[in-house]
Amino acid sequence: MIVAFIQRAIVQSIPLLFGSTGEIITEKSGNLNLGTAGVMYVGGICGVMGAFFYEQSVETVNPILAVIIPMLTCILGSALMGVIYSVLTVTLRANQNVTGLALTTFGVGFGNFFGGSLIKLTNADVPSIALSATSKCFKTTLPFADKLGIIGDLFFSYSFLAYVAVIIALITSFYFNRTRSGLHLRAVGENPATADAAGINVTVYKHTSIIIGSIIAGFGGLYYVMDYANGVWSNDGFGDRGWLAIALVIFAIWRPNVSILGSILFGGLFIVYNYIPDLSLSSQELFKMTPYVVTILVLIITSMRQKKESQPPASLGLPYFREER
Amino acid sequence: MKAKIKSNHEPLIHIAKKTPVQGWRAMLVRAGAIVAALLVCGILTVFLTDLNPISVYSSLIVGAIGTPRRIWVLLHDLAILLCISLAVTPAFKMKFWNIGAEGQALVGGLATAACAMFLGNSLPPHFLIPVMLIASIVAGAIWGLIPSIFKALWGTNETLFTLMMNYIAIQLVSYFCFVFSVPKGSGRLEPINEKFWLPVIGDNDYLFNILFVLVLTVVMYIYLKYSKQGYEISVVGESVNTATYIGINVKKVIIRTMVISGAICGIAGFLLVAGANHTVADNTIGGRGFTAIMVSWLAKFNPFSMILTSLLIAFLDRGAIEIATQHKLNDSFSEIITGIIIFFIIGSEFFINYSVKFRKSEKKEAKNK
Repeated sequence: MIVAFIQRAIVQSIPLLFGSTGEIITEKSGNLNLGTAGVMYVGGICGVMGAFFYEQSVETVNPILAVIIPMLTCILGSALMGVIYSVLTVTLRANQNVTGLALTTFGVGFGNFFGGSLIKLTNADVPSIALSATSKCFKTTLPFADKLGIIGDLFFSYSFLAYVAVIIALITSFYFNRTRSGLHLRAVGENPATADAAGINVTVYKHTSIIIGSIIAGFGGLYYVMDYANGVWSNDGFGDRGWLAIALVIFAIWRPNVSILGSILFGGLFIVYNYIPDLSLSSQELFKMTPYVVTILVLIITSMRQKKESQPPASLGLPYFREER
Repeated sequence: MKAKIKSNHEPLIHIAKKTPVQGWRAMLVRAGAIVAALLVCGILTVFLTDLNPISVYSSLIVGAIGTPRRIWVLLHDLAILLCISLAVTPAFKMKFWNIGAEGQALVGGLATAACAMFLGNSLPPHFLIPVMLIASIVAGAIWGLIPSIFKALWGTNETLFTLMMNYIAIQLVSYFCFVFSVPKGSGRLEPINEKFWLPVIGDNDYLFNILFVLVLTVVMYIYLKYSKQGYEISVVGESVNTATYIGINVKKVIIRTMVISGAICGIAGFLLVAGANHTVADNTIGGRGFTAIMVSWLAKFNPFSMILTSLLIAFLDRGAIEIATQHKLNDSFSEIITGIIIFFIIGSEFFINYSVKFRKSEKKEAKNK
């Protein structure tokens, strides 16, 4: 049962890991994107739309195309959301919180609207969006996984996107700490005026990191629909995972490698109520609070300790305008 | 000359800050943004529904104000949204990002419902309604107080703290819905007894809420503009250093303002539960706590302008829902429309505060000096 619990926790953790890695990249450039929840919805529904049109247009599904097409549409959709946010906040210097919230309203609405109306809009002859063929391709696991017993279950039983999530998080961590460009990005987030004076192109760094961050977050939505939900889109099914991903950023104190473990912990907290015996329905609701309570505790502790390494990027949330230095 | 151009390369587009455009010209920019946004929304709707553009806008208008009943629903939506927007405004003016309005209003609603359930048998209605109001104010104030204490003492990030408090409130409400549900385990509360509904003025059950919020708007305007506390809020918002220097107790102002903000959110929850929905569920507030932030910000924190911005949002919301119902589309259509409108208005602020200059070769020398 413990193995099953950890397995389920890891499956739950992957969307959060994608979301938080994306959000960390964005926040490192000094932009607090509260629209991540919306971006993840859009990433999910764009993947669904890509897969839907592909499945409708062909007789037999080619496994490679069935994976590539939804991924491309997902990238396109979430990158566009990133562009909306970065143009408004970086180029037009709009307030980041307001833009982010508007992006969430728009993105969640976009996801639910097309999720609920896609069949009506395309006059397709299917009762509901169930992309089982595509989902099957996404869920292909390593062939030797079931032969390895518990180790196979714990480490090798997931679909490829789960490993992509971990690899992206590790690469991001390496990028921040070991590369020159990563150093520049952190400088932009800490103090854009100083970075600008040092000859770093602040605008380019901000735009790029927001858009790449959005794309990575969008994969979280794609993983949720194609893997966790077996290709079935249900409105509001994704729930508050986008906000939880933002919470995870704080929990991981802006480090993607910590975020890997943090996301598994959050995934576990998210479903732990299923594994406690004799829990009444009402107490389950109380247990669902735990990820948020834990986040608040981390937030309070980090602010009390005032440790330099565990603080948010110094210019987080502030627009940068060269002439105001 | 050529060498100079190379060594002193001027970018093609140059952005400069200017004194913000004032008065009717600023309004013109914003109106232009709304018109542009409506055009985009119209094109999108035509694309999705095969309506012709004119009937898109007419069904939008009919959907929002087509019948007297719809007008009242619209006005009530406006009032509740306005009430929450008024609540978050003092906090924003202080640059305290209270994203927790959703949760603060929800616990207010929960307190109202709880009072009706537990004190309903022991207290007469005309006595219970004030008790419900006070309970909702206290509940909302507590929900606002918790993050503000940590902000004041240790500078804990309030954006994320208040955000998390929303979900704690939501889970708390689902918990109580399960505990007190009838029949047991359905997760739904019974409607509260009709005796404890807010009074009906004339024959309209929404009028009380609307008038209540109208009075609140005037009070908030006076509070922010003419009271000493309102002045302290704007000083703290502009510069904490200045506030400390002139002897304002910044911590006290932060905590006091957030208590007020949370308390008014609690009132919004009270109005919704006692005056309109007559029950509480985890989706009672329905995202208004987040929309209110945009309403308040778009109105530049002026309570009277907020009437206009919340009218705009509520109007589009009702209208888009009508279009969606007519064409068997999803209700979330209205969220897409709202999002697009807000993007445009946010973007238009840039043209009020900044001017864009393109490179001109003749002017170059004059500028380089």
